[in-house]
Amino acid sequence: MSGTDRIATRTATAWPERSFEDRMATVDFRIHHEAHITVDGDACRGCSTKACLVACPANLFVPTADGGILFNYEQCFECGTCYLVCDTEGAITWTYPEGGYGVVFRRT
Amino acid sequence: MPDVDVIVVGAGPAGSAAALVLARAGHSVLLVERGPFPGAKNMYGGVIYPRVLDLLLPGWWDEIPIQRWVTRRATMITTDTQALTVDYRTQAWGEAPYNGATAYRPDIDQWLAGKAEAAGATVLCATTVTGLLRDGNGRVVGVRTDRPDGDLSAHLVIACDGVNSFLAKEAGLAGKPDPANYTLGVKETLALPKDVIDERFALRGIEGADFEILGCTQGVPGGGFLYTNLDTVAVGAVLKLPALAAQQLRPEAIIAAMKAHPAIAPLVEGGELKEYSAHLIPEGGYRMIPKLVGDGLLVAGDAAALCLAAGIWLEGVNFALGSGMAAGQAAAEALRRNDTSAAGLAGYRQRLEAGFVLNDHRKLRDAPHLVLSERVQRQYPAMICNIVEHMFHVDNPAPKPGLRRIAAVEVKRAGVRLRDLAHDAWIGARSFG
Repeated sequence: MSGTDRIATRTATAWPERSFEDRMATVDFRIHHEAHITVDGDACRGCSTKACLVACPANLFVPTADGGILFNYEQCFECGTCYLVCDTEGAITWTYPEGGYGVVFRRT
Repeated sequence: MPDVDVIVVGAGPAGSAAALVLARAGHSVLLVERGPFPGAKNMYGGVIYPRVLDLLLPGWWDEIPIQRWVTRRATMITTDTQALTVDYRTQAWGEAPYNGATAYRPDIDQWLAGKAEAAGATVLCATTVTGLLRDGNGRVVGVRTDRPDGDLSAHLVIACDGVNSFLAKEAGLAGKPDPANYTLGVKETLALPKDVIDERFALRGIEGADFEILGCTQGVPGGGFLYTNLDTVAVGAVLKLPALAAQQLRPEAIIAAMKAHPAIAPLVEGGELKEYSAHLIPEGGYRMIPKLVGDGLLVAGDAAALCLAAGIWLEGVNFALGSGMAAGQAAAEALRRNDTSAAGLAGYRQRLEAGFVLNDHRKLRDAPHLVLSERVQRQYPAMICNIVEHMFHVDNPAPKPGLRRIAAVEVKRAGVRLRDLAHDAWIGARSFG
């Protein structure tokens, strides 16, 4: 082994990340049949920033082909990031889920 | 007659502390929690400083459900390829009365709510408060819940409903939130065998390590953290919201880059992801604190933005406990004098001002802005690492430059103006000095 072989570089120590689906599968969600957050896809069509797409830690906002947005409430952390970064008045309607439902943290 | 004397919304540390104080004072208290158990909705940066409990639960350290006592506190300043670590260790923090501990919030919050319950409070879980009940004069007289026939009345309501506090907004105590006052915390809990953690972090028994990391968030203002639980390590980042959205970087990608950093990778390698989590943090400090009382209503904990995010000091649970205790005491006082108007609840703010909660916040009011500034986030980490690298780099046959020369060269190379450096040093000295 030569001296340079032993130097860890950034790329050498990176390891493959698991899929986002696997990541979310580590979290316990008790899913209520009614959505606690609704997104007005029409309002989103006029939005150029779509900050929710990148900021939502659960990656629940999905762009549609026609420029709108679909939202999947089931794996929501209930954090509030989406409504805070949203620039479009009325696009995101945010409440807490029914008592006892939603995310259940264990080792946080 | 109302259903109970006081309804406390949210069984986090603020709510449970308030409920415990009121139950001990002989009042009927209902502690309402929307999670299936206290702590189910809560996540934090991992370290709790419980000394404030000396006043509430003497001898708390014998029973508090912690993971490890923090005996090693390190601050790491990084660039992509460099790291300067100030690594402090003391065995004193591993014995009573201790200092900080790593812990899981569901454990801590259930333990605290159990204390309130044992003192006589009623804990009602799996119940979401959907709004405030008010009388004709606008005074808060109870809460609406999502249970059938779910209206509950009380002389007083204490809103400890967390960072998004819909109750503080509904009552008009907090205005429309400014995203610049919030950061997103994201975290991975990674399983590693206890002996591997002990070896990697140089720990014995239930000694713990807490690392705070600057310069590891891909240019998004914020910071990273890494700490040890018993058989997991937690690694995560705190990210300023508007910048996170603007820079088109996914939160989990920022954690992935952190975990790949040459100074961090060897500590977390091979850890199996057990839980991914996210939560908002009110980081705006003193200037973002809402009105703390209204007629029939008090606000405490994160709901009142009482989280302290001042760079070298990152504390929240103790501020929640301190404010919840003060809210409980002020509420008991107001009930005794039969004046639960905003004026009758003025003792709450006075208590916070007399104690650490608002003292620390007022003193550190400029710190959150400084810590999240462009210079502290982007320019200073590289400048500091380069100064140290320059100092320890042996460049023979060239002779050693003096330290003043090194500093001058590196400040210039980092593109930092001396005027700005002096300004930041002044703000830093005023805040932290």
